[in-house]
Amino acid sequence: MWSRVRALIAKEFLAVWQDKKSRVVIVVPPLIQLLVFGYAATFDVNHVATAIYNEDSGLAARELVARFEGSPSFQTVAYLSREAEIRDVIDAKQARLVIHIGQTFTRDLKADRTARIQLIVDGRESNTALIILGYANRIIADFNDEWLRAHGEALPPARLVVRSWFNPNLESQWFIVPGIVALLTLVVTTVVTALTVAREREVGTFEQLLVTPFRPSEILIGKSVPALVIGVAEGTVIITVAVFWFQVPLRGDLLLLYAGLFLYVLAVIGVGLMISSICRTQQQAILGAFLFVVPAVILSGFATPIANMPPLIQDLTLINPMRYFLVVVRGTFLEGLPTELVYERLWPMAAIAAITLTGAGWMFRHRLG
Amino acid sequence: MMGSQSDDKRSSGRPAATLHAVGTSRMRLFGLIRKETLQILRDASSISIAFVLPAILLLLFGYGVSLDAKRVPVALVIENPSSETSSFAVSLTNSPYFAPTLMRDRHAAKEALVAGDADAIVVLREDFARRIWSPAGAPIQVLVNGTNANTARIIEGYMQGAWQKWLEQHALDEGQVLTPPVAMEQRVWFNAEVRSRNFLVPGLIAIIMTLIGTLLTAMVVSREWERGTMEALMVTPVRIGEILLGKLIPYFVLGMGGMALSTAMAVWVFNVPFRGSLAILLAVSVLFMLASLGMGLLISTVARSQFVAGQVAIIVAFLPAFILSGFIFDITSMPKVVQWITHIIPARYFVSSLQTLFLAGTVWPIVLANSAALCLMAAIFLGLTRRKTHKSLE
Repeated sequence: MWSRVRALIAKEFLAVWQDKKSRVVIVVPPLIQLLVFGYAATFDVNHVATAIYNEDSGLAARELVARFEGSPSFQTVAYLSREAEIRDVIDAKQARLVIHIGQTFTRDLKADRTARIQLIVDGRESNTALIILGYANRIIADFNDEWLRAHGEALPPARLVVRSWFNPNLESQWFIVPGIVALLTLVVTTVVTALTVAREREVGTFEQLLVTPFRPSEILIGKSVPALVIGVAEGTVIITVAVFWFQVPLRGDLLLLYAGLFLYVLAVIGVGLMISSICRTQQQAILGAFLFVVPAVILSGFATPIANMPPLIQDLTLINPMRYFLVVVRGTFLEGLPTELVYERLWPMAAIAAITLTGAGWMFRHRLG
Repeated sequence: MMGSQSDDKRSSGRPAATLHAVGTSRMRLFGLIRKETLQILRDASSISIAFVLPAILLLLFGYGVSLDAKRVPVALVIENPSSETSSFAVSLTNSPYFAPTLMRDRHAAKEALVAGDADAIVVLREDFARRIWSPAGAPIQVLVNGTNANTARIIEGYMQGAWQKWLEQHALDEGQVLTPPVAMEQRVWFNAEVRSRNFLVPGLIAIIMTLIGTLLTAMVVSREWERGTMEALMVTPVRIGEILLGKLIPYFVLGMGGMALSTAMAVWVFNVPFRGSLAILLAVSVLFMLASLGMGLLISTVARSQFVAGQVAIIVAFLPAFILSGFIFDITSMPKVVQWITHIIPARYFVSSLQTLFLAGTVWPIVLANSAALCLMAAIFLGLTRRKTHKSLE
């Protein structure tokens, strides 16, 4: 039996690797995507285009403005002299933030009255707006602290000392790049497997395969092993680039990461083969792959946290293999996740793999009738 | 249908009067459009790309995706309970942004953080109550899980809000009014509640139209190349311009249908405000649709196989529309080289127009600049397609 299966595996490898176009499709786009995504997919906000409307010539106002200008988060693009200009620069997206300091700012500050500073933020990009406000808040809190200290006044009764673990400088690349390992492995594995059976059905060779003495389980192994090798190899390349090019620290156990990768790829192969055995043509298979990949990525926690989703959709994410692998890959990269927590994420992927692979094997034969 | 059409053409012949030729040309075009429409209606997978996928995407994004952290799980460690520490705990509990859980000690809190059961730890140290009265004040230690840098930053912002509320409350309890030297008044324009849905849903329309205009068109037209029906069509007297128009018009209608569906859902299902002019939205959408159809036709003409066309469409149209258009990720924060690349992505101009038209209103400088860019891209893609298609016949 094993020699038969070996021959089948060899044939499947050739089917994917012999065709130059499909070879290129497997190798080149993921690498380009990794590089572009790695740099483009960032939630970091820096060099925020800022316009300053300072009506106060006092020293304190100028000092506060200087703090904003000295921060790498902000970049002054304009100085305004009339209130009406605020609307113009924000509307036309010339500035995302306008800092408005009124005439009485320094006077209020010196008289121990609270001096007001107005920040107008473009809310079209809500996430950026929130982060800009956070940065501004911090600058003002620092200014307050120093002012109180310099004038011998009591500091507030308590102050926040914020530190972030695992990613002290809050680099979103550290979050996104390990996620890309999961994303690209998913895309490549799904496309490769979704097309295998559909292509053979379109050409008619799949029916021929079914009348040979091969059992569906053997066909399943023959179709899965090449995809498994390709998926794990793809994952390995991306992990290597993440560590050596993007310099994301790999703190956890490599063996566990690979156990996760192995089960993840198996689960995705199961889904891909199921799609493939349902579809009659390649177009349907690509569409099917798309219908699986897009929701799988959106509902995985890749870009937006699962915790922010409504409860019903959170439940839906439980059947998504990418959800579990993302935790494993991010956990092993940044946190050095405890072993038992990785195991908790391994068995759901193993269960998904078992169910989908069995389903695909069953459908090989039953699709015909 | 096609048969009678070509018979008709053969009988009309070349030397017909100009008026007659215009009539036949229009009839030929009409026939092609009809054929294409029938093909769309017949194939369930085309219809599902045009209507089912947009609906799924809109529902997923509208309901499933939110960048706003709400009720962030926080592990709260109070080493020495007192009235001061409990007043801080109350202000955390009252904040809509936090769901604090009291933990025994730092160790337990750390475990919760690593396990993902808490996104942040707040520690009020043993000497909190005493140090509150010292000139330097007491430290409130906040440890945020930095794995997701974005969430970490947002949590930090919320934490500052909760802290300021507590300071005010604390001052009130002491019979004072809090007078910080400088206070910040914030105004978030166009999106006062800072809802990420208002920002994501308009951009999603660009993604959906890219799917229909580029992916679907590329797949369908490359199938004709793959099966040889395109070449069969070319040996008929139908002109290339007519063939292309025959492809363009039905998918254009389909794409605009998807766009109307999306806009209606955005406004009525997701309550995204629409503050611009509908006519201008329509005009910009037409330009974008032409650009993405042009891209789809160009891909299919160059690729000529469904597998390659599908892949290429995903790589050059769908993924860039997702990542490089400003739909989720902020363009001005990207590295300069990547920012430069975004200028050749049509979706970038459309996403910017959509966000502005929905949330800010009709801002002419933005609308005009984006429309000009889209016009240029549509002209380039359609022009290139026209040339490539012509060449391939020789």
